Amino acid sequence: MTLDSAAQARSTADAVARRSYGKLVAFLAAALRDVAAAEDALSEAFATALADWPLNGCPANPEAWLLTVARRKGIDGLRRRRSGEAAAAQLQILAELDEAASTVVGDAAIPDRRLALLFACAHPAIDAGIRAPLMLQAVLGLDAKTIASAFLASPSAMGKRLGRAKQKIREAGIRFAIPACNELAGRLDGVLDAIYAAFAEGWSDPDGTDVIRRDLTAEALFLAGLVAGLLPQEPEALGLLACMLHAEARRRARRNADGDYVPLAEQDVALWDAAMIDEAETLLLRASALGHIGRYQLEAALQSAHVERRRSGRTDWTPEVQIYDALLALSVSPVVALNRALAIAELQGPRAALEIVDALAADGRLVDYQPYWAARAALLARTHAYPEARDAFDIAIGLASDPAVRRFLQGRQAVLPHCGE
Amino acid sequence: MQYLLMLYSNENGWSQMTPAEQEQGVAAYGAYTQALKTAGVLVGSNRLQPSTTATTVHVADGKSQVLDGPYVDSKEQLAGYYLIDVPDLDAALAWTARCPGASHGTIEVRPVWYM
Repeated sequence: MTLDSAAQARSTADAVARRSYGKLVAFLAAALRDVAAAEDALSEAFATALADWPLNGCPANPEAWLLTVARRKGIDGLRRRRSGEAAAAQLQILAELDEAASTVVGDAAIPDRRLALLFACAHPAIDAGIRAPLMLQAVLGLDAKTIASAFLASPSAMGKRLGRAKQKIREAGIRFAIPACNELAGRLDGVLDAIYAAFAEGWSDPDGTDVIRRDLTAEALFLAGLVAGLLPQEPEALGLLACMLHAEARRRARRNADGDYVPLAEQDVALWDAAMIDEAETLLLRASALGHIGRYQLEAALQSAHVERRRSGRTDWTPEVQIYDALLALSVSPVVALNRALAIAELQGPRAALEIVDALAADGRLVDYQPYWAARAALLARTHAYPEARDAFDIAIGLASDPAVRRFLQGRQAVLPHCGE
Repeated sequence: MQYLLMLYSNENGWSQMTPAEQEQGVAAYGAYTQALKTAGVLVGSNRLQPSTTATTVHVADGKSQVLDGPYVDSKEQLAGYYLIDVPDLDAALAWTARCPGASHGTIEVRPVWYM
């Protein structure tokens, strides 16, 4: 074995992993009806490849090679875990894998079961809080440590929760299939919500008051693109991708040269990514032509209304408030109600908005929500209630976990006039 | 459950800050403490003097040994703590991420051992 052949084997394996990991796992998981077993079998196959390829040369068809080896590893694992009829039935399914593997001639030829895998991960029987981490691991191969950091959880606890979820998929016999038409819309919501949860971990609120932990946005965008590509007739799938592209398009504008936070209203629109915005607008148009409005299309429409400022230099707040009304009619969310109040402030002034914000305080869910206190502080400042604004800024600053946002809020607090306190 | 958040940071960092930066830093901690109080989760908190003021004591075979300096000689030293009472580790980690000490240093989170 030469160093060169070892390096070449590794680079081929890396390329296959990047190109085909999700497809290979999805294909194996659907055949084995077991996510954990599929991941184990594939990682054993990769380990075997790194030992075999330097000696015998990289195969012309690395995907087919890996699938064949992973299948064998999967059968061994199955025999260890199960006995009798259950295993026999499963082995029958695996025989089909053999045929499939022999026809695979690269990434494009692997039957794409990733959507079925996403539906299994977001199945109603799986705890809603673990669906996004499970998708990120199963389809993208992220390790538990990376996922735990992004979701601010302990790595060992995250590992255990992922393990339990995969066990549930196997033991409850959750199907790896795209649901039938009549239940597709309901089940799709679960998939989209989990993808959005992964994205929101990156933004923590899509309106842009808090921008830490952006490390998962690329992964979430990839998944949203995958779902929109595989279900092009589902308007909400297109709406979610449009909404995420709009938020992502403003990334560069959210920090100035010093790394300080820039709020949406003060962003330089020239820094917004025009290509991403165009793609989002096209998607939203296609979605609305399909004739079923939903949460993600409305969220995307909100983002789209801000784009108007790029063309006209000003934001028209009337459609914003109307879209928030429609969103609230779909689901009562205190965060939506808060953002609606901020749009009201632009139309009717800060006092009208403060009345809504005060009423929202009764909802205990906002007590630890930094954007709530930041919004409240800004509205109080606009009504010249400076001591109250100062107190609200204090809590917003204390709740901020992004140093840039903390500095921004401290700056806003510092310029409040001191008068007769 | 109670969790102790132990704030470790580079002690030279503070002395290298301008007075304005120091003031902003102290204000950020004040705001964080206020947010913990408002949420009703703060049990106790203190900032510590630098580790140059530390003294360690060890008693072995009936003889006490007293040494100047901190227990572990490292650039990052324990600078203070927050003791909070929250439902679970996830909640403790969420509060930890909000602490200014998580941005300029590292925070170790440990559950309290109940007797």
